[in-house]
Amino acid sequence: MEMQQDQHMKILKSCNVLGPCANIFISSNTGSWRLERPQVDFSACIKCGACQRYCPADVIDIHKDREECVTFMWDYCKGCGICANECPKKCITMIDERGEG
Amino acid sequence: MARYKMLDGNAAAVEAIAMAKVGVISAYPITPQSSVAEKLSELVDKGTLKANYIRVESEHTAMSAAITAQLTGVRAATATSSVGLALMTEVLGMASGCRVPIVMPVVNRALAAPWSLWCDHQDTMTVRDTGWLQFYCENVQDVFDLTIAAYRIAEDKRVQTPAMVALDGFFLSHSMQKLLIPEQAEIDAFIGPYIPKNLRLDPKDPVIINNLTPSDEMTEMRWQQMMGMKNAETVIDEVFQEFEKTFGRRHSAVEGYCMEDAEEAVVSLGSMSGTAKYVVDQLRAQGRKAGALKVVSFRPFPYQKVREALENTRKIAVIDRTAGLGGQGAPLWTETAAAMKDSGKPVINYIAGLGGRDISMYTIENIFADLAENNGSSPVWIDLKENAENLRQVEMYV
Repeated sequence: MEMQQDQHMKILKSCNVLGPCANIFISSNTGSWRLERPQVDFSACIKCGACQRYCPADVIDIHKDREECVTFMWDYCKGCGICANECPKKCITMIDERGEG
Repeated sequence: MARYKMLDGNAAAVEAIAMAKVGVISAYPITPQSSVAEKLSELVDKGTLKANYIRVESEHTAMSAAITAQLTGVRAATATSSVGLALMTEVLGMASGCRVPIVMPVVNRALAAPWSLWCDHQDTMTVRDTGWLQFYCENVQDVFDLTIAAYRIAEDKRVQTPAMVALDGFFLSHSMQKLLIPEQAEIDAFIGPYIPKNLRLDPKDPVIINNLTPSDEMTEMRWQQMMGMKNAETVIDEVFQEFEKTFGRRHSAVEGYCMEDAEEAVVSLGSMSGTAKYVVDQLRAQGRKAGALKVVSFRPFPYQKVREALENTRKIAVIDRTAGLGGQGAPLWTETAAAMKDSGKPVINYIAGLGGRDISMYTIENIFADLAENNGSSPVWIDLKENAENLRQVEMYV
């Protein structure tokens, strides 16, 4: 019998399944829960990587060779603010997602 | 050739489950369901039924094991009653939400307290919104027939929703009646082998079942379930028609008795419906235009059929075998009243037969008598004793 995970690879046909069942895992977009967003002052950043190590969702990347040296995966950053708290240079600010702050 | 047998309701349920060739049984005994769990275990022990019997420590596990077993691609069976169904409640939603079409006999018994062992519809009514189909039986033949039909209805691709077959505790579960059992080959031809229509569980071919589902998908999955229920109304009609063609017995989502020209009607569920028909005959002999309407499918509730059946009546009595505490009426009344909301006809709720109290011909005669005089007072506790207020008087220093 055909493997259920292989069906979508071969693009045979779309089959509707009902309820919370799937053969490929698509994580929930937890970024939609975010109320505040971290904003980095790249001129003050020393690229130490503290924010990356403390991020509980592991969504921060450090790029030593780029001007925009810290990036976030916005689909999964919940805006907890731990990166801003832990930054030794205090160069991460939490910005209101609704644009009110 | 089909053959006659003398069986009680529980044995009829076992007969249907065995003829559906279930592959896994996980059941926990509870009065008055116990003989279902016991007889299934005997059949497995003798080798008559080729199935795995899982002895579980609770109803919560019974349903969990049944769901996961059925997800691997076999029919799984379980059965319960009363507080067992209440303990199973959390997992009932897993079966309906993951679209696992299990068929489960539920032997109706009151929920506690007061602790009771006897017939009352409070158990199945409490779980009426868990997304399961619910069929109520009038007699032992119904228990067999509706269970067989339930496999076809629940497993239909358009439905894919589990089904409860509710039979009244003791009045049906332990009452010996004559019933016609078809040949195994006829049942095989009617329900066929189990073919899973959703994704199935296979360790070599993994899938994801019931991951955390955020709000952007929840509404749509509930909508899918609603469509399953809606489609079930059509599928129930189709399956019952085919059932009649194959086995010669007619069943329907709602069954009218002398309803064509009835002016006063009683709406009922379960074993009381036979008594209601008998009383209708007596009243007809006296020249009264009485009728009875038996609701077989409570979920989905066939409100259009109920409305059509009650269209020409003047007054409607709805008998509930559960108290519906704090509501304007009990569940069968709520549904019937909603179906009749534009008609302006009085729909009176009668609470009767709680915790095993018999709904006798006198009870139903009293309901017809009250209905004739009733000016809109509802619900009426028709068989309430006069000493309800001081039922257990004690001497105390105050």
